[in-house]
Amino acid sequence: MAAEMDSEKVQGILERHSERVNAIIDGYEGRKDLMISLLQDVQAEFNYVPRDAMVQISQRLDVPLSQVFSIATFFKAFNLTPRGRHLITVCDGTACHVRGGLRLIDKLDRDLGLTPGGTTEDGRFTLETVRCLGACALGPLMVIDGKYHGQMSSNKLDRTLRSYT
Amino acid sequence: MSIEQVDRLVDVAALERLRQSIIEKRNPFQLRLRICNGTGCLASGADEVTAAFEAELTRRGLSAEINLVKSGCHGFCEKGPLVVVEPQETFYQRVKPEHVPAIVAATLDGKIVEELLYVDPATGERILHEQEVPFYRGQTRLVFGSNGTIDPTQIEDYIAIGGYSALAKALTQMSTAEIIDEVKRSGLRGRGGGGFPTGVKWESCRRADGDIKYVVCNADEGDPGAYMDRSLLEGTPHAVLEGMIIGAHAIGAHEGYIYVRNEYPLAVSNARRAIEQAMAYGLLGKDILGSGFDFKVSINRGGGAFVCGESSALMASLEGQVGEPRAKYVHTVEKGLWDRPTCLNNVETWANVPLIINRGADWYNQIGTEKSKGTKIFSLVGKVNNTGLVEVPMGIPLRDIIFDIGGGILDGKKFKAVQTGGPSGGFIPESLLHLPVDFDRLTEAGSMMGSGAMIVMDEGTCMVNMAKFFIDFLEEESCGKCVPCREGIDRMGEVLERITTGKGRMEDLELLEALADTLRLGSLCALGSTAANPVLTSLRYFRDEYIAHVVDKKCPAGECQALIQYSIISEKCTGCMVCVRECPSHAVTGKRREPAVIDLAVCSKCGVCYDVCRFDAVKRA
Ligand SMILES: Cc1cc2nc3c(=O)[nH]c(=O)nc-3n(C[C@H](O)[C@H](O)[C@H](O)COP(=O)(O)O)c2cc1C
Ligand code: FES
Ligand code: FES
Repeated sequence: MAAEMDSEKVQGILERHSERVNAIIDGYEGRKDLMISLLQDVQAEFNYVPRDAMVQISQRLDVPLSQVFSIATFFKAFNLTPRGRHLITVCDGTACHVRGGLRLIDKLDRDLGLTPGGTTEDGRFTLETVRCLGACALGPLMVIDGKYHGQMSSNKLDRTLRSYT
Repeated sequence: MSIEQVDRLVDVAALERLRQSIIEKRNPFQLRLRICNGTGCLASGADEVTAAFEAELTRRGLSAEINLVKSGCHGFCEKGPLVVVEPQETFYQRVKPEHVPAIVAATLDGKIVEELLYVDPATGERILHEQEVPFYRGQTRLVFGSNGTIDPTQIEDYIAIGGYSALAKALTQMSTAEIIDEVKRSGLRGRGGGGFPTGVKWESCRRADGDIKYVVCNADEGDPGAYMDRSLLEGTPHAVLEGMIIGAHAIGAHEGYIYVRNEYPLAVSNARRAIEQAMAYGLLGKDILGSGFDFKVSINRGGGAFVCGESSALMASLEGQVGEPRAKYVHTVEKGLWDRPTCLNNVETWANVPLIINRGADWYNQIGTEKSKGTKIFSLVGKVNNTGLVEVPMGIPLRDIIFDIGGGILDGKKFKAVQTGGPSGGFIPESLLHLPVDFDRLTEAGSMMGSGAMIVMDEGTCMVNMAKFFIDFLEEESCGKCVPCREGIDRMGEVLERITTGKGRMEDLELLEALADTLRLGSLCALGSTAANPVLTSLRYFRDEYIAHVVDKKCPAGECQALIQYSIISEKCTGCMVCVRECPSHAVTGKRREPAVIDLAVCSKCGVCYDVCRFDAVKRA
């Protein structure tokens, strides 16, 4: 009985998902050339690109699933798995690298066991690295949930992370 | 003014009338507070500063007397958030919300908040105006000049400073052949890296067969460490648009695209708004300024792949496909987007066009060197005192940029190299700092102009490790379509890994050179064919450092973890215990007021002790 309820619940969530994906696809009026933007919007909505969304896009735009998948895996901007509550992006572009960006990544590994692409066990943080965010004068640079934190140091990192629970 | 209310400009006279009316409505004595809202300053809290100003003006009931302007990037992002008070042009830096009431009070009293002025580190003097700051003094700001002075979201601001007058001139006083000729004679070369003559490209595209043609603006800016394209598109989007409209008219294109990285949300939204406003005024769309010329622009967001900045990969990506380059037996000016003639230019290239049309090729080609004309915007970053965007005439020596504008090396350290041209460029040593920045001189030195990143490295940067950094970057970014690039870069990475971990052999240096040759000759696109440049220039100018890694098993810069050891200099250690507490591996032990000791068997070489020691008592060698 309980299992049935669960699957009903899951079904409900999936339907709501698919409505949201449909709404995004509608905005593109069937234009296949805007596939990358479309996937970006899906990612912005769900925090990642769910497999079902790719199937749905493939069916509605009449594009082979393999092609949707190849775009979603070619470009770095797309994630195919869900992410933690807070997204940490550490810049490892040249300017930040020269000013010690890697130290931040090492520290996150040491303190939280967080490696690039990974999520902490408690689902609190996901770490990504990026090659330049275009604010190189402020390196080393790190972004948490869209907020930029410039001229980062190990000490400042500790203080900054505390406010994200 | 909201977009819906404006009247379409039916001809050039209407544009001029609009310009006059905007200027007349503006009081030159008006107090204005210009707050930088570029990405750099926003990262340092410019949004909170802006909100604080809004609240303070409202509180004092001064919202009508004092205008707030949210400008684009000034270039000196490191000192942000920046605020300039007009009409006096007082320049405040590192402004925090708590400074806001003092600034407003001082401004009303005609006074100055001394402690927020920039202090010249050389003389200790406080500097009142932006252009007197050494960072700005050596610059020539032709393209980037209005970036920090106007509100990028207000087309009226751009029109007030003469915006769209070049378009008016091109549409009514010049034939398309004359426009192309002017751009050719100006000597403008592409700012995206290749340095191809822009006028020649336009002419080929104009001559190419086909009714439907496209112009594209490359705002992918994949070179890590460069951000001038973002700042320009964010801060003066209308100059880029104006350049594109003029180019499209000359070439005979009616559709254009701006391909911009998804990491640049503010550039996307400012460019989008600029397009809407230009459409509303009839500066884009049908029958532009009554000339009969139609042109529309759309924005496409890239997915963050370096190779997508390359012309054929960019076009594949615009078509909604995977961004892989193709062999270019046929040029994209003949068969580009959807196999139609396409003219691709970089953001900065487009932004130069209105200047050339307005002031003329003869004026423009006076600036620069024989074969590199005009100015170039560089992103001066890394281990240099003043970091930011600098615009200089082509031909000025690298030394002037790094030491005069940049104020020398951070923390009084010694200069080692400057890297230009990004992953396709190379390292330039101290002995070549007299080189003028010029497309051809930099190429001769084994590097290249590239898009304009200039990354300064000091004695603490290991050149082998930096070469490996670029190779790792390109290994990730190689699309994998052609074998020389996919496999060659991989092998180079393995060899460099060997060297930086102390397992290198002398033959490895020749192996690197042989691999470099294969890459240069066999790759499908310039990503592969230039990929070896960082390795080759580091071998050419810093071979000793490679030999130290291979023969002595030492990293002279102290960066390669496998080749260094940490130890405590007991004479300097005060026994403050900070390293003992901070060491994540518990490798440092000691008692209060007694020198600490590092257990090398446990040490993970993370360098935390080195960073936290305030007495220089940790040795890295
Ligand atoms: C791997 C690779 C990446 C590139 N990335 C960029 C880029 O990010 N921005 C850019 O303007 N040009 C880039 N280019 C150069 C473009 O292919 C093209 O030459 C340029 O956009 C043409 O414009 P321009 O003549 O105005 O420079 C890249 C080239 C290669 C081979
Ligand atoms: S290199 Fe980090 S922001 Fe550019
Ligand atoms: S963003 Fe403000 S100066 Fe660059």
